[in-house]
Amino acid sequence: MSTITDTRGQVALRHLSKSYNLNGQTLPVLRSLSLDIRPNEALAIVGPSGCGKTTLLRLLAGLEKADSGQILIDGIPVTGVGTERAVIYQEPRLLPWLTVLQNVAFGLELRGLSRAQAQERAGRYIRLVGLEDFRNAWPRQLSGGMAQRVGIARALTVQPEILLLDEPFGALDAMTKLSMQEELARIWGEEAVTMVLVTHDLEEAILLADRVLVLTNDGTPPSLVTVDLPRPRDRNSADFVAMRRMLMGKFGLH
Amino acid sequence: MSIETLDRPAPPIRAVPMRELAARFLSRWGLVVGFVVLWQVVSRAGWVSPAVFPPLDKIAAALWQGIANGALLDDIAISLSRAGTAFLAAVALGIPLGLAMGQLPAVERALDPLLQFFRQTSALALYPVFILLLGLGEASKVFVIFWATLFPILLATIGGVKEVDRKLIEMARSYGANHLQVFRRVILPASVPAIFVGLRLSATTALLLLIAAEMIGANKGVGFQVMNAQYNFQIPLMFAAIFLLAFLGLAANGVLVVLQRRLCRWSASDR
Ligand SMILES: Nc1ncnc2c1ncn2[C@@H]1O[C@H](COP(=O)(O)OP(=O)(O)OP(=O)(O)O)[C@@H](O)[C@H]1O
Ligand SMILES: [Mg+2]
Repeated sequence: MSTITDTRGQVALRHLSKSYNLNGQTLPVLRSLSLDIRPNEALAIVGPSGCGKTTLLRLLAGLEKADSGQILIDGIPVTGVGTERAVIYQEPRLLPWLTVLQNVAFGLELRGLSRAQAQERAGRYIRLVGLEDFRNAWPRQLSGGMAQRVGIARALTVQPEILLLDEPFGALDAMTKLSMQEELARIWGEEAVTMVLVTHDLEEAILLADRVLVLTNDGTPPSLVTVDLPRPRDRNSADFVAMRRMLMGKFGLH
Repeated sequence: MSIETLDRPAPPIRAVPMRELAARFLSRWGLVVGFVVLWQVVSRAGWVSPAVFPPLDKIAAALWQGIANGALLDDIAISLSRAGTAFLAAVALGIPLGLAMGQLPAVERALDPLLQFFRQTSALALYPVFILLLGLGEASKVFVIFWATLFPILLATIGGVKEVDRKLIEMARSYGANHLQVFRRVILPASVPAIFVGLRLSATTALLLLIAAEMIGANKGVGFQVMNAQYNFQIPLMFAAIFLLAFLGLAANGVLVVLQRRLCRWSASDR
């Protein structure tokens, strides 16, 4: 890989603040958050419900505007959605009238590639997520986990520098979730991409992330935990279990 | 811990027995067959006046004769051209207008009260107004059908656009889609099923209004033929024209269903 791709996908949050208006009252969600995410890093964001994880991700995606502060991507301030970022949501958000192949090619076609070029590259990523037998299936013919894999392939196909994921496996059953986590770990290892992963699942965070950003909703400042475990990570290793216990302690759980 | 592997015995093969096939046929067509037989028997036996309910074979004969000598064919042609012109005009106006109104809340807010008012006003009540404005010729007939046909397709299209999943639109936006691309690649295809519901309602409405308009002031057309045959006491011909109208309605609906299946294969169930 060239050094150029290695230094791209850098994210800098500078004094980022966001509040919402709720029935006439201002509800601060993010307060002057500053953070540097390294190129090709995997950062997980965890925290109690309502602490602003989705809000932060939407700000990163350019779907929402900050009240103050800014986000720099490779040194350039974010003003809206951008082609160097791709979002994976909790639901697959497939277009039901397009086949798997057409859905995966959708993002590329929007970016001006010809249909043939887009579908050729889409085919590569469909293989990567193990769905080549379903390239011509309709979304309604897929299981929940398969549909989510299509959504992941669609995001990867545009070859983003930064992949933004909002509880991507939250709607899946426990078994599918486990195998999808392994798959995402493998894909992240193969692709040069910075990953920002919002999750409720501490184990998922430890399995995938280099660092875990822990947000709070009681006004205390957020903290950043480094996960210095070798990859591929073993959920049952003593270090992994200790790490999980430590993070759970941060939420007052045991 | 113990693990046991289950073997896979072949399931017994079961042929669909004749009885089951017959039952399936009967449950779908039994009532129709029963109705036809009942009509024929009741009329032939004289339990009802054959003058009012002629036996079906006489109606079929009248229908055949009307088609063979071309008289009914002329009526069908003129009726189809009236309903067809009105329907196409309603579609040509209703779908684009609906697509625009569904996306522009300001336009919809401004037009909605007017729309609700007109929708509640029977098109037939306005027919005399249209006659005053457009005369008793083709224009007023086509216009009254157009008027009534416009609202189902317009309202269905608006509804379809407004129901488009916001999350899909946001997804497209996050991939950099501009307004036109969001419209062409998300809003339009997502609205197609709702638009078809409107098209089918509109087609039914078009035939309904066609009959009414032809009964009131026409000297040609299938609707006129129903009325005229009754005046002249050609009851078999009257029923022949009524059945013809039913067939026209079924055919129009059938065409739309086929078209919808082709355009919406993605939403079809596997059966
Ligand atoms: N559009 C909005 N308008 C008003 N308030 C909002 C809006 N979006 C989010 N909020 C508020 O901002 C806070 C953070 O919401 P956010 O969706 O970021 O939480 P989250 O951490 O993703 O929670 P969860 O884990 O439940 O998904 C919540 O209190 C929520 O009520
Ligand atoms: Mg959330």
